[in-house]
Amino acid sequence: MLLECERISRRFGGVHAVADVDLAVAPGQVFGLIGPNGAGKTTLVNLISGHLRVDSGAIRFAGADVTRLAPHELSVRGVARTFQGVRLFKGLSALENVLVGRHARMRSDVLRRLWPRGAPDRLDRERAGLLLERVGLTRPYALAGGLAYGDQRRLEIARALASEPRLLILDEPAAGMNLAESTRLRDLMRALVAEGLTIVLIEHDVRLVMDTCERVAVLNFGRKIAEGPPAEIQASRAVREAYLGTEDVA
Amino acid sequence: MAEQLYNAIFVGSIYALFAVGFALVFSVLDILNLAHPVVFMLGAFVALFFMSTFGAPAALAAVMAFAVTGVFGIFLDRVAFAPLRRRGAPPLSAMISSLGFAIVVIRLMELRYGPDLTSYPTGSLPQTEVQIGDARLDLLRLLVIGLAILLMAGLTYLVRATQLGRDIRALAENPRAARLLGVDVDRAIAATFFISSGLGGVAGALLGFAYNAIYPQMGTPYELKAFTVMVVGGMGSLPGAVLGAYILGIGEIAALVFLPADLAELRDALAFGLLFLVLVIRPRGLLGHPIADRA
Amino acid sequence: MDALGDFLRVYQTTIGVIGINALLALSVWITLYAGQLTLGNAAFMAVGAYASALLGMRLGVPLPLGLALGALLSAALALPLGLAVFRLRGVYLAIATIGFGEVVRVVLLTLPFTGKALGLNGIPPITELWHIYLSLVVVAYVLWRVQGSTVGRAWAAIREDEVAAASQGIAIRRYKLAAFIAGAAIAAWAGGLSAHLNFSIEPGDFGFTRAVQILVFAVVGSTPSVAGPIFGATLLTALPEILRPLKEYRDIFAGLILMGVIIYLPRGLVTLIELRKTRRLQEIGAADVA
Repeated sequence: MLLECERISRRFGGVHAVADVDLAVAPGQVFGLIGPNGAGKTTLVNLISGHLRVDSGAIRFAGADVTRLAPHELSVRGVARTFQGVRLFKGLSALENVLVGRHARMRSDVLRRLWPRGAPDRLDRERAGLLLERVGLTRPYALAGGLAYGDQRRLEIARALASEPRLLILDEPAAGMNLAESTRLRDLMRALVAEGLTIVLIEHDVRLVMDTCERVAVLNFGRKIAEGPPAEIQASRAVREAYLGTEDVA
Repeated sequence: MAEQLYNAIFVGSIYALFAVGFALVFSVLDILNLAHPVVFMLGAFVALFFMSTFGAPAALAAVMAFAVTGVFGIFLDRVAFAPLRRRGAPPLSAMISSLGFAIVVIRLMELRYGPDLTSYPTGSLPQTEVQIGDARLDLLRLLVIGLAILLMAGLTYLVRATQLGRDIRALAENPRAARLLGVDVDRAIAATFFISSGLGGVAGALLGFAYNAIYPQMGTPYELKAFTVMVVGGMGSLPGAVLGAYILGIGEIAALVFLPADLAELRDALAFGLLFLVLVIRPRGLLGHPIADRA
Repeated sequence: MDALGDFLRVYQTTIGVIGINALLALSVWITLYAGQLTLGNAAFMAVGAYASALLGMRLGVPLPLGLALGALLSAALALPLGLAVFRLRGVYLAIATIGFGEVVRVVLLTLPFTGKALGLNGIPPITELWHIYLSLVVVAYVLWRVQGSTVGRAWAAIREDEVAAASQGIAIRRYKLAAFIAGAAIAAWAGGLSAHLNFSIEPGDFGFTRAVQILVFAVVGSTPSVAGPIFGATLLTALPEILRPLKEYRDIFAGLILMGVIIYLPRGLVTLIELRKTRRLQEIGAADVA
């Protein structure tokens, strides 16, 4: 197992945002995480990525205990993520965003820069440029804040990939995408998995989840109410009841 | 001892009137109004103007101070803050803009009245003393304390029980939602500045009466204390500001009483040491909301 | 050439002060660049000023060493302060640093060997203009080069979005602290130079007003580029001299200009010059300048 969550819980005031959740993601898997709005999916991701501290429980990555690590330490270990609603560095260019993403893998070039001719590492810049091409962005010097929403989402993925992660957590990457864009996303995910990446996907887009995920867990009110292959989840009555009132259920 | 306590409550009352206005603007607009000490000073001078030019009694002059500085506060907003709000500028810009505004107004007052102390017309302020139990307390400060409490009660009523108060609170919590819900944002902001500056102005007038000495820079020391008051009480919390103000007032007088004379300046350091400690240990102060930042 | 010599002689102090203010503006700029709003650099300036003045006057320590020790002392103070406040943001951080500044000012008023309220007098005026401007050139160069490095990018990322930056492997606390300490050291260095320029210093020179003034230099200039704070400091220091004919109305115009700049020139004064250049660059899609 690449990622293991063992009975993690997190409260805010009196509310259990996440309660006793177990999770196990195998290497090379695409693992889906679904549930109604407010079910605790993003909170769970925040707990895994180190942005929030767990109240109880343990998180293991590649066998090592990472429960109390800070976000940057998780990044160094190979966990990357995107954010719900996109958190780019708006004032920086697309290329610079990806270069920051590479921070964990770059050596500090401050001393080298102090010489007048000391140039930044060309290799890193090339890699960053290639990543941008891979996600389909053509203007590396454009300001991230000025990009179209779909481009921004893809830039965020490029930035996350720049650190050469072993685990990539995508928080609602397809939100606001049309069919063509989400198909392209699906293809990208498949290609990445073929290269050895493990993906945890939080999504409302049921078709995308069914198409890409081998295993799906369902959260509701902070608890895991179902887990299994996508077809099983789709047929599950408990899941349907959880979503009652939402038009997302196929 | 009773006299010192009395003094502490008086000082606390002035701090409270000053800080409440400051906190109100912060809670509604998320900006530190660095021109607030200016309206404080203007209140004192407006009272002076009405008393010396029209021979108005002190009570009426204080009312005029409230009204005039209140309106001035709306003017301040239109000139220094509104243009920045329109283009969504960061709070820092608003701070600097209000700073520029303050420089201009203080200088204008210095040109008109000179930088030194000015007093109110002789005989215009009550001099009588009142006997309460063992202590002889001056009537003027007693009136100030009473008026301060009255004003704060009035503010509480306004904020809790009126439509305007509800609008202001909605604006403070979530400007976008407030607008969508039909709150007249411009009117609420104008009211916020009117109340904030009015309270600041009347505080200045009352302080001026009590010490019978006013000068254009008189607001500046209060500004720094207001920071401490707000932090201790909880940034953006109005009852917190009041609580913090009295805590500071009592703390300062206590330091005055218990510290040897040559360490008097340490008294100020105490205020800031306290501020610092609170920010590090419990940033939200006594009554403030938790400061959160999550993904 | 003679005219230049005359000009320098007459305005020597002002030119010196401009250089020092530029250094101070850069010291605040570097922390702003990392997303931290600090009003504590006047206090660090004071530490540097008193340290190098006292070391020079009482122990005969030569200027460069005195400056360095002052900077070191400031850095040592900035470390625990930075650790204590690194979780604070925006206004809260500003107020915490104001509090720190006031504590330092009061400590200076109370300590026996600082001359208390009267401050220190008779400081040997050994600062030369070239000291100041050499320092400025070195600091500006280093900051400019760091801006384009991994460290500079990390600072920019923290400024833009701290939460996202943490996920990119940036150790937030370490980087914020580095910027904070760098700012403190630069401010202290400038303070030391200033003490030996002015012959006397007193605690009132380094209070809230000074801290705000330094912040204004940095912000009014512009934030994204090193040239900004230098330009801002130059203009705002020279302004009282330029406005001298207006006599007692000087401050009024200064205040109005300050308001005008902050309201109508969002990216600061440097916008006026960079506006054409930036517009042309944006047309070809390049935001990655320098």
